[in-house]
Amino acid sequence: MNDLLPVLAQQVINGLSLGSIYALIAIGYTMVYGIIGMINFAHGEIYMIGAYVGVVTITALGAASGAMPLALVLSGALIIAVVVTAAYGWTVERVAYRPLRGSPRLVPLISAIGMSIFLQNYVQLGQGARDISVPPLLPGNLFEIDVEGFPVSLSLTRALIIFATLALMIALTLYISRSRMGRACRACSQDMGMANLLGIDTNRVISFTFVVGAILAAVGGVLIGLSIGKINPFIGFVAGIKAFTAAVLGGIGSIPGAMLGGVLLGLTETFASAFLPTEYKDVVAFGLLVLILLFRPTGLLGTPDVEKV
Amino acid sequence: MSEPMLSFENVHTFYGKIEALKGVSLTVNRGEIVTLIGANGAGKTTLLMTLCGSPRAASGTIRFEGEDITQRETHLIMQGGIAVSPEGRRVFPGLSVLENLQMGGFFSDAERIEEDLERVFTLFPRLRERSAQRAGTMSGGEQQMLAIGRALMSRPRLLLLDEPSLGLAPLIIAQIFQIVQEIRDEGVTVFLVEQNAHRALALADRGYVIENGRIVMSDTGSALLANADIRKAYLGG
Ligand SMILES: Nc1ncnc2c1ncn2[C@@H]1O[C@H](COP(=O)(O)OP(=O)(O)OP(=O)(O)O)[C@@H](O)[C@H]1O
Ligand SMILES: [Mg+2]
Repeated sequence: MNDLLPVLAQQVINGLSLGSIYALIAIGYTMVYGIIGMINFAHGEIYMIGAYVGVVTITALGAASGAMPLALVLSGALIIAVVVTAAYGWTVERVAYRPLRGSPRLVPLISAIGMSIFLQNYVQLGQGARDISVPPLLPGNLFEIDVEGFPVSLSLTRALIIFATLALMIALTLYISRSRMGRACRACSQDMGMANLLGIDTNRVISFTFVVGAILAAVGGVLIGLSIGKINPFIGFVAGIKAFTAAVLGGIGSIPGAMLGGVLLGLTETFASAFLPTEYKDVVAFGLLVLILLFRPTGLLGTPDVEKV
Repeated sequence: MSEPMLSFENVHTFYGKIEALKGVSLTVNRGEIVTLIGANGAGKTTLLMTLCGSPRAASGTIRFEGEDITQRETHLIMQGGIAVSPEGRRVFPGLSVLENLQMGGFFSDAERIEEDLERVFTLFPRLRERSAQRAGTMSGGEQQMLAIGRALMSRPRLLLLDEPSLGLAPLIIAQIFQIVQEIRDEGVTVFLVEQNAHRALALADRGYVIENGRIVMSDTGSALLANADIRKAYLGG
């Protein structure tokens, strides 16, 4: 069993990068839930759109000038994906949620599912239903070390995923806890009506949470494209369910909870697929969810009702 | 006094089919403390909240400083010189005392927030001591002070108070009524909803009595306090 240590180390690296993606998407679910108490079922598709905008931009920039510096292509793709996807996130709220505010909860839920189906088909029409491949921008490893005769490596793409996620999480946490808009988000999640009575345009705060969620999902989408090397219009479905699971696991409505839930789910999944037949990885992931909800119905960091964002 | 600061003209408000305000008319003049008293379910909270636009008046006109605000969006009404300490206080439980006050001054710049915090902390020294505490863990009296302080942070010209004495010990109630007086003396007009009719009428310049969605009486505070019917219905004989 002297290969156990390197396998564990490699799985921690893989799990952290997968978990980072889950966490990036999960925040969108949790923030929207924290504010309007509803699950944004179109959020997985927002992530998928982020991935597509990223790929299209990378391809276009790469074709426009083969000699364009890598960092420029990458940051250009991220910025454009973030801006375009944010606009989609904003529009989803305006079209699928806002007109239905005040109607029974089932109604916006159905319109969000409709929105999700629409977006999936819309991308299929524009980009085709098959996999498209993502140019390998960052081949190679940040490091590869030898542990007891076995290689353990951190690829550049995975390193980028982990560090970019870490940086965004820190930035978001600071923004929500320190800034005026972050304070308004927390206040709205506790008592939207009261925030309105203080003169706050609560519609703007709601839009803001959709936009922030879309921005993080777009980053996740671009990075997953680079990491896996191909995307299709259906990647939003499974990723959305997983990220939603992560959000519930961490305590839906709690931002630190979504971060923790994402990382935990990513680690659980990679470990399960390393040590069990791959088909079991989802069983283990959802088993973990059931187990935690049995003992902590509000999720790991969720508190009943108070301070949801 | 040419025109009242606030006026209701024949205002009707519904919850679904239930008519909670059945044609209310009243006025509040600049610099006054006006109180609205009435039994449980008479429509006091509904009247205050209709002024804030939620629920919205089905018919009638509400004017504030000469402008018709009946159909104005709630957040715009509340940005226009009106602030409320609502029924149940509704402090943000997970925010600190300081953050609650900052929310009250959402539209002020940093300098103005500092000034207003100083003013609120002078009125309510307890809030200064507790500024880092989560509002949800404060006592009822402290939360009421916070709700009033939060409302003052927007420098309102008209302050609405919905039953600030509810559930508080007599000593705290006396303190709060004392502070309401001080707030008025600083130039803020006060519209006070109370079930504690005795204290409210003693403090107020004028009072209205609401019964079952209708204003049934109005007079100066002292006249209502002396009125036999009022004494019987609202002051325990
Ligand atoms: N959200 C609501 N939905 C339906 N009916 C309501 C609602 N809020 C109040 N009502 C009804 O409207 C009437 C007036 O209620 P309101 O809360 O204005 O009374 P109040 O005078 O403030 O009473 P209290 O002294 O108990 O606070 C009551 O009959 C009440 O049941
Ligand atoms: Mg009431």
